[in-house]
Amino acid sequence: MSRLSTRVLAASAGVAAAALPGLALAAGAIEGAVQKQATNWVAIVMFLAFVAGTLGITYWAARQTKSAKDFYTAGGGITGFQNGLAIAGDYMSAASFLGISALVFASGFDGLIYSIGFLVGWPVILFLVAERLRNLGKFTFADVASFRLQQKPIRTLSACGTLTVVALYLIAQMVGAGKLIQLLFGLDYMVAVVIVGALMIAYVMFGGMLATTWVQIIKAVLLLSGATFMAVMVLYNYGFSFEKLFTAATEVHAKGTAIMAPGGLVKDPLDAISLGLALMFGTAGLPHILMRFFTVADAKEARKSVFFATGFIGYFYILTFVIGFGAIVLVLGNPEFTTAAGALIGGNNMAAIHLSKAVGGDFFLGFISAVAFATILAVVAGLTLSGASAVSHDLYAMVIKKGHATDKDEMRVSKMTTLVLGVVAVFLGIAFEKQNIAFMVGLAFAIAASVNFPVLFYSMFWKKLTTKGAFYGGFLGLATAVALVVFGPTVWVEVLGNESPIVPWKNPAIFSMTAAFLGIWIFSLLDNSKQAEDERRAFDDQYVRSQTGIGAEGASAH
Amino acid sequence: MSADINEKVRRNPKFQELCQKRSTFAWTLSAVMLAIYYGFILVIAFAPASLGTPLWEGATTTVGFPIGVAIIVSAFLLTGVYVKRANGEFDDLTRQIIEEAK
Repeated sequence: MSRLSTRVLAASAGVAAAALPGLALAAGAIEGAVQKQATNWVAIVMFLAFVAGTLGITYWAARQTKSAKDFYTAGGGITGFQNGLAIAGDYMSAASFLGISALVFASGFDGLIYSIGFLVGWPVILFLVAERLRNLGKFTFADVASFRLQQKPIRTLSACGTLTVVALYLIAQMVGAGKLIQLLFGLDYMVAVVIVGALMIAYVMFGGMLATTWVQIIKAVLLLSGATFMAVMVLYNYGFSFEKLFTAATEVHAKGTAIMAPGGLVKDPLDAISLGLALMFGTAGLPHILMRFFTVADAKEARKSVFFATGFIGYFYILTFVIGFGAIVLVLGNPEFTTAAGALIGGNNMAAIHLSKAVGGDFFLGFISAVAFATILAVVAGLTLSGASAVSHDLYAMVIKKGHATDKDEMRVSKMTTLVLGVVAVFLGIAFEKQNIAFMVGLAFAIAASVNFPVLFYSMFWKKLTTKGAFYGGFLGLATAVALVVFGPTVWVEVLGNESPIVPWKNPAIFSMTAAFLGIWIFSLLDNSKQAEDERRAFDDQYVRSQTGIGAEGASAH
Repeated sequence: MSADINEKVRRNPKFQELCQKRSTFAWTLSAVMLAIYYGFILVIAFAPASLGTPLWEGATTTVGFPIGVAIIVSAFLLTGVYVKRANGEFDDLTRQIIEEAK
């Protein structure tokens, strides 16, 4: 679309940095002014079709959603295959689609390093977390963490962990969405953010988990089919030979054959390992992902979910890789997509979008743009539902009402929270428009890995864990992660504009995870109270349930 | 769930067997995944050039690519291996334990 080739004042890359931990320096966020594009009608019509379809599903889901259990877990009747797709839909954000293909486009092999990091957490979730989580939990991961511990402190800690992760992730998604939609559809930033907010409120508030699940499934199918088509078209141009594709890419890329090996993305070994830890264990601590395990009937389906999710996500990352290289050969050097200086119009994050035009014309460009929008919606819906459940189930029903809230009241609170969260997300999205938000998802992963994951892990595996240990150790992990990021290069220098960072590392996980694991361990061992005794004794019963599923939540009858 | 059933389950040797077998299996597979991934990260951190070796003489494709794709595929295969055994052998054992506890 030549309208796209109007000058765009975007910085080099964009949503990538908004969503990929540690990418700030490598890619730079969409900063400052992004010039609005001419309205893209093909994309808008396709997007409207998606909205109409998903709102129809929401209407249907709303009629099925009668109890709190329906609202939080879709009644527990989602199959392993469906849940696998929905997890993939929850996890594959627009940022990973556009961001990783942009990263491959810019530096080749380095993009693969990130893809792998985002994937390898999944097998670990399956081996260590998934089935115990399913057997012990009901609606939120805090159900599991607080299974034999004091409800009040542990639920409060978990809700803090959940809400921080959700808030950081939501802001990053909102700002990314606003800028992306401005670029793709030619809509105003504010309008874009409000549309995203309104739709996510509608899905979650009326359709609960059932609608959210189907939005995620549809989005996953659309994204996977679109990306498959692009990758196949790229390979078709090169006789399905990777060697030919790579050779052509090294011939046109400014970095030449350097794109075929690890480059400067990961320099400091400690930072590299720390990033690896955050990606791997952060995934196992993301509340909106953990929540998906309660939507299936039993441990067997929970396992299948991870199997399918890992397959879809892995396949998706291989596709984004081909797409990145496809963009190098088919987009780079094409005057339709590049500025006079040879840079990509709209920044590197547009690599996959331009490629869609190059391989499939205006119609396919519209399709991919609509899919990118749908992708954002699916992710924010999952996040909102998870945030709402932390407030209504953990804080309201279990802490304030001490487990005596009625189903009806709990649902009412969760719907109100959804509305509040949606409105807050829109305001934050607008407030952070011009801010550098590159650190946010990185911090979210680090917090998930340093608060949610350690508490969850100990509660399932270590008999001697006590409430005090989990509470103080968990907050220690949270404080360490936040402090290291604030005083590190991404916030202290890039956001606050100081000369040099107080802490040299970009990725806090290696320190904050250590702090949490050590803290919980020491505080638990020091705890000799009567209550601690009871908590340790309760482990045996919890253990039987976690291993066999005896007493676990079943699926609803309908 | 009464304390009785729990006690019965705990005393069932099959329960011990299940827990022991499953935890060995799960930790072994986790260790394999961690070793593969951190092995890869360490190579990137300390010997990045080695991944840039051409796959064969004169090739543009470097060894890093098949290795990277192999890691992605191995993650998927490992989950498959676990699910197959857990949904078969381990679930059968679990069913027997639950039956016997009734």
